[in-house]
Amino acid sequence: MAASLVLVLVVAVTVRAVLFRSSLVEFISERVEVVSPLNSWKRVVEGLALLDLGVSPYSGNLFHETPLTLYLFHFLIDYAEFVFMAMDVITAVALYIVADDFNKVVFRKQRIAFEFQKYAPDVITLVRTPKEMYHIPLKVALFYLLNPFTVLTCVAKSTCAINNAVIAIFILATVKGSAFLSAVFLALAAYQSLYPVALFAPALLYLAQKHYVLVNLHSTTFLLHLLKYAVMFLGCLMVIICLSFFLLNSWSFIPSTYGFILSVPDLTPNIGLFWYFFAEMFEHFRLFFVCVFQINVFFYTLPLSVKLRDHPMFFMFVQLAIIAIFKSYPTVGDVALYMAFLPMWNHLYRFLRNIFVVTCMLISSSVLFPVLWHLWIYAGSANSNFYYAITLAFNVGQILLVSDYFYAYIRREYHLIEGLNLKSKDGKEAHVVLK
Amino acid sequence: NRHFIHTHRENRSCRQEHVSHYRLFPKSLGQVISRFSVRELHLSFTHGFWRRSRWGQPFLQASPGVELWVWFQSSVSDVDTTWKELTNALSGLFCASLNFIDSTNTVTPTASFKPLGVINETDHKFLRYAALPREIVCTENLTPWKKLLPCGSKAGLAVLLKAERLFHTNYHSQSVHVRPICRNELCISTSWELTQSLSVVFDLYASGSGKREWSLFKMFSRTLTEVCPLASQSTVYLDVTDSDKVNDTLELTPPAPSVLNTTVHGKWRSYAVYNLLNPHLYSTSSHSLNIALKWKLSKQFAIPEVPVFKAERYVSGFGLQTGKINTLVYNNHPYRAFPVLLMEIVPWYLRLYIHTLTITTKGKENKPSYIHYQPARDRECPHLLEMLIQLPAKSVTKIGIEFERALLKWTEYPPDPNHGFYVGSSVLSALVPSRINMETNTTKLAPLFTRLFTSIDASVYFVRLYTEALLVNLPTPDFSMPYNVICLTCTVVAVGYGSFYNLLTRTFQIVEPSGGVAKKIANMIRRLRGVPPI
Repeated sequence: MAASLVLVLVVAVTVRAVLFRSSLVEFISERVEVVSPLNSWKRVVEGLALLDLGVSPYSGNLFHETPLTLYLFHFLIDYAEFVFMAMDVITAVALYIVADDFNKVVFRKQRIAFEFQKYAPDVITLVRTPKEMYHIPLKVALFYLLNPFTVLTCVAKSTCAINNAVIAIFILATVKGSAFLSAVFLALAAYQSLYPVALFAPALLYLAQKHYVLVNLHSTTFLLHLLKYAVMFLGCLMVIICLSFFLLNSWSFIPSTYGFILSVPDLTPNIGLFWYFFAEMFEHFRLFFVCVFQINVFFYTLPLSVKLRDHPMFFMFVQLAIIAIFKSYPTVGDVALYMAFLPMWNHLYRFLRNIFVVTCMLISSSVLFPVLWHLWIYAGSANSNFYYAITLAFNVGQILLVSDYFYAYIRREYHLIEGLNLKSKDGKEAHVVLK
Repeated sequence: NRHFIHTHRENRSCRQEHVSHYRLFPKSLGQVISRFSVRELHLSFTHGFWRRSRWGQPFLQASPGVELWVWFQSSVSDVDTTWKELTNALSGLFCASLNFIDSTNTVTPTASFKPLGVINETDHKFLRYAALPREIVCTENLTPWKKLLPCGSKAGLAVLLKAERLFHTNYHSQSVHVRPICRNELCISTSWELTQSLSVVFDLYASGSGKREWSLFKMFSRTLTEVCPLASQSTVYLDVTDSDKVNDTLELTPPAPSVLNTTVHGKWRSYAVYNLLNPHLYSTSSHSLNIALKWKLSKQFAIPEVPVFKAERYVSGFGLQTGKINTLVYNNHPYRAFPVLLMEIVPWYLRLYIHTLTITTKGKENKPSYIHYQPARDRECPHLLEMLIQLPAKSVTKIGIEFERALLKWTEYPPDPNHGFYVGSSVLSALVPSRINMETNTTKLAPLFTRLFTSIDASVYFVRLYTEALLVNLPTPDFSMPYNVICLTCTVVAVGYGSFYNLLTRTFQIVEPSGGVAKKIANMIRRLRGVPPI
């Protein structure tokens, strides 16, 4: 297994190295689907140039990276390509180990459920076998590394790759059961792009499950566990923010990073829903809708944690997807991260209802993005509505994908308990619907 | 081309107390200046662009549209509020939309626009500069400008300034300059000097009948009748440097009473001087003076010499995503190099990337010795870039900087958004070395138009150059779609919300299979009737 992983890594690094040396680098670095004002490499270079000129990078409205990223690249600017390839490799290896560990957890849970006879007698086809689960970690690494979205993000040197790596290491630390490391990396991820704060809930539930703490709001052990994790996370976040203050001796990075993410002043087109909505918004309602859209990202965390309290890894996947769809400046790098988890739910294939339609929607809108951008911006024969329509199609496709997998997941759980061959009152095959 | 300047001094104290004599100085402007504690004010309205290669050096070039720069007194505590109030007051005074000057197009230059009058200290936080390249000059702006003159447009040279002739020109620039000057040699007290300048370029072929002659009557459809009684000096200077006395190439009527030789912009020029206070100039019959010039030989008009210092600016790139602003600065002096101070103001919606700034001279990189860059803040202030660049002799320096075009909110686009957005001209200031010794004696009688920029050093003269204003297109959203966009985006969010709501709140249940076809049709009909189904 390790050998195939190394082979996959070598292939991935080769592909990226070849693209780095080709003439496509300029073209890819400018694509608005791949880079956003938050993570564009051009703006990192601009921030470094402003720092050299003696002007604070946050005095203008161009640079929205955190001070730690700024200083990281201040020292590593000459090795930027290696840094981004290393980030991709780290993410893939971390996700590989996560999938491997998670398989073991799944298998152990299944064995316990069988011993306690929780499952219905006729669900033998739904049970997961080690043979079927053997190749999942490699598939996860493969899905991440050879996903065109990931390759484009790496070649464009978008700092989304760094964010993905930090989130992957955070998930790895969570899966391994280390609360402290998990809190540290979650703080780093939230420090860079704010939205990973929502991943606090699935991590908490996973750690509770790992340490055999019953998830019950009235039990003191759980509350203590929650408090401990929250204190560690908030403490790390405070330490990192204060460190950033001391790096540049001012708090001006806060409105430029978090203020920018939350108030969405820059309307550069991207694959998300925010830009055109706020370009066409009546000024009077702007604040209201900004608040609504931002709350929408964090809104599903609590209901999901109630419904999926026993399945924190799936919760993590759904939460990552919601962040990638509804965040203020999404890029294809965010989409690639949650898509890497899809091989883990291969066994749900029989319950997916719209997978063909969704796949077609996603592929066709991904292909049409650059075409309609060119027609709007360069050819002048289309207008912004065309690009906006593809944005809508892409986001609807993503939403349908996640909700389809969610449906399949809870349907499988239902069938595991109730049995596969369900009969209705008159003896015929039953229809199972969500009511 | 003809150029008129009226200058007058006024004995006015520059102290805080309001002892003011408004004999010659216009009261409206004087009150504005004292109310807003203005030390120096320079306001110009320009229509057209001065073509250096065809018309030679301008006496006073101005930026296209409206340009206003002001030095405030050091007693002003809140410069930004005073600036806002001043622009609004001037907007009313000159009937121009100066109220469009706000923080998004105002900058505080650090090195350009040093004061032209007497100064004590130069803390540049009291300086404000703004330009509105989109503004148009029209009769409405000329009338208040003429009202500032002591005789108005009733007597003196201003009689010629009628709007219907002045605006049929290739270039029209009117400006107002107020600055403090020393009253005497010892400079114990200062008084304010108001300079009003009007530059017009008439097209001989468009306005005349095509003959190689011009006259005051042909240009202005009026002649000079009486001199302004308040004027101590009223003179017409005609540039006759190109005339060849031997060959008698041109004929002046009435013949020039005297000729003055002086240095202007590094060159010796000779001027025919008509002193309008001299009653013998006027014709006895109609008591009017019509100066006419006729070229005798069919010689080609002299093409002006290649200027020593020239600049051009243009936008390159294609598409609505990115672009590049290129400035070409020429130094045509055969052996002297000199530094030039370039100031660029770019609106915030063209996001400049300073790391893409390239300055090349003769193929090699040229690093500026002073660079001040203030990045823009969205919807707050524009980019300000000031650089001191050394120009080697006989060279072309190319300065390029890349920018990215922003998508604005639909309410922020001006009417006719596809016309584009104007970028104000960049300002280049330099002390150009002259090949001859310039005259530095200020007491000697010299044409008034050379007095605004006095040369301290005999070997250099000050030139302020303005480049072209740029017109840049930005990507536009569809303006007819706000309701549709809100509905569609909220629909997508609702699709997400609905799916998750269903999956989170509902559970799986077994439902009874529905009946046969007959039952289905019956249910359909019952539903149409509004009755509950079987």
